[in-house]
Amino acid sequence: MQRYILSRLVQSAGILIGVLLIVFFMLQMTGDPVSLMVSRNASPEQVEALREELGYNRPVMVQFFDFFTDALTGDFGMSLRHRQPSLKLILDRLPATVELAATALMFALVIGVPLGLLGGSNPNSFWDIMARGAGLIGQTIPNFWLALILIVILSVHLGWFPTFGRNTWSLFGLTLPTRSVVLPAFALGLFTTGQIVRFVRSAVLEIKNEDYVRTAYSKGLSDRNIYMRHILRNASIPLISIIGVQFGYLMSGSIYIETIFSWPGLGNLLAEAIGNRDFALVQAIAFFTSLVVVALNLLTDVAYGLADPRIRYGD
Amino acid sequence: MPILEVKNLVTRFYTIEGVVHALNGVSFDLEEGEILGIVGESGSGKSVAMMSLLNLLPMPPARIERGKALFYENGGQDSVDLLTLTKAERRRVRGGKIGYIFQDALSALNPVMTVGRQIGESLMEHLGLSGEDAKHRAVELLEHVGIPGAEKRYYNYPHQFSGGMRQRVMIAIAIACDPKIVIADEPTTALDVTVQAQIVELIKRLQEELRLAVIWITHDLGVVAGIADRVLVMYAGYPVEISLVDDLYNNPVHPYTKGLLGALPGIGGKRAGRLESIEGAPPDLLAKPKHCQFVWRCPYAFDRCRNEMPELVEIAPKHYTKCFL
Ligand SMILES: Nc1ncnc2c1ncn2[C@@H]1O[C@H](COP(=O)(O)OP(=O)(O)O)[C@@H](O)[C@H]1O
Ligand SMILES: [Mg+2]
Repeated sequence: MQRYILSRLVQSAGILIGVLLIVFFMLQMTGDPVSLMVSRNASPEQVEALREELGYNRPVMVQFFDFFTDALTGDFGMSLRHRQPSLKLILDRLPATVELAATALMFALVIGVPLGLLGGSNPNSFWDIMARGAGLIGQTIPNFWLALILIVILSVHLGWFPTFGRNTWSLFGLTLPTRSVVLPAFALGLFTTGQIVRFVRSAVLEIKNEDYVRTAYSKGLSDRNIYMRHILRNASIPLISIIGVQFGYLMSGSIYIETIFSWPGLGNLLAEAIGNRDFALVQAIAFFTSLVVVALNLLTDVAYGLADPRIRYGD
Repeated sequence: MPILEVKNLVTRFYTIEGVVHALNGVSFDLEEGEILGIVGESGSGKSVAMMSLLNLLPMPPARIERGKALFYENGGQDSVDLLTLTKAERRRVRGGKIGYIFQDALSALNPVMTVGRQIGESLMEHLGLSGEDAKHRAVELLEHVGIPGAEKRYYNYPHQFSGGMRQRVMIAIAIACDPKIVIADEPTTALDVTVQAQIVELIKRLQEELRLAVIWITHDLGVVAGIADRVLVMYAGYPVEISLVDDLYNNPVHPYTKGLLGALPGIGGKRAGRLESIEGAPPDLLAKPKHCQFVWRCPYAFDRCRNEMPELVEIAPKHYTKCFL
């Protein structure tokens, strides 16, 4: 198990270095950022002065080395627009995105796991048709479209939820979500819900036919025990990987939803930064998002290893 | 006194390729405390017959069309038909009255549950033991089937055991709730030869200790000769010969049985004789059998064999065969 974790750590570090390289050189390839920042009628001297000030006149490798070492110390440069450290801007927005992604994942699990289990345990039943339908809808309906429909029906007509924005409340110094998160989280979690339904359903269908499930029946256990302790328990190990991947997707994939709901998260910040051509900030968000995904993958692998005794007691 | 009486059991599989006639009228009985060996080539319906008794087949595609399986309790006073039980009654029988040892313990045990819990959950189900008591009993059972360091092994997972030790765990599960019958479906086939003998000995020992009736499916005629009281020979989904073990070896009647025994170098001679494979292919189970299914491979077949299915008749005391000869 230690060797397993160590090898995953080394892999993760490798991936992050790769990401830094890509993020840095993508920016280089888009041309001269300085010429985009100055006004059209700036004199060449002014442009040169700004370039000098921002360090863009140095050799590329030197710039990369600086970028790299700064990144290691958590310094992702200044936002050109906000004139503030990018990292601070990101960290300010992070709680909103985490709240949204975590709620979306919770919806997906609460709906997806029972529906997949019911569908897989009774193929072609009413519940199975629901499960297959949910899987299909999750994959085909664009979440921004669902978002708009939800707003029109549940917010505008019925008035159950706010149409946009994030409200929170405080308890013992903790910031807690309110129902303002419900609609964006539901819309954002749609795809993930579909993925989880489909995965759980097919895992249940497959595991049902395993020899050890037949053994469980031969012992006289109840259907409930067999489904909970043997089938769902065994399906939950690969489900960990799905959850890890999906949470990464939810953390990084919320640009549309955050824009539609004016949700003050990372996606919104990214949309804004792109609109402003704030390259340093885009770069920082891109790297930060990769960092989150890599960290989640690492966590997922470790959790997977802990959950599966064949890996936990391997080697 | 019989403890189990199976009558004319017919099981089919409704598949895309057609209807598989897996069991075509299986009848036999099992005496209290005896070992009944079942032999027959692969695909002859041995496992399907046993799983039909406990309703362990996937349905669909399987369907039990006909038959009775009377299980006697209280010294033969009460009997129930295993094939018409309610769900709750069936659960009481599975594991509680009839234990099942599967062939390949590696796939038959849950890979992500400790062996202790896999034994314990039976005990909690049937004997209503608390978690604590179930644990103690499970450790005792592990000791009883000869697993050293049972206290520690309780917490191990199936992949941490050797093949032989894993099969011992499987056996512990089968006997955990003090069943009357144990079905052992090729319990040693997946094991090394050296380990096979130990497992055979273990089951034999437990059978005597616990006065179990055992249905023992095997390919190993040496084992059958050594430990079985009676033998049932399966062919194409029905028994072709049932007899006391000595009788069968000394005086086989059905040509298929003769073929199986053909190359056996004498009982007590070379040990571990395998079933002799017989020339020709097993019959196609997709066709409904209208006559003896051995005709294509039988050197003695005559016209009647190609038109009629013989009955299972008693040709000598306790010696039944399904052949016109
Ligand atoms: N799930 C299934 N679907 C279709 N046919 C099956 C299924 N299970 C078993 N059979 C058929 O039933 C016949 C008997 O199989 P089985 O009882 O496993 O043989 P064996 O005597 O080797 O234990 C075989 O021909 C097999 O193809
Ligand atoms: Mg078999």
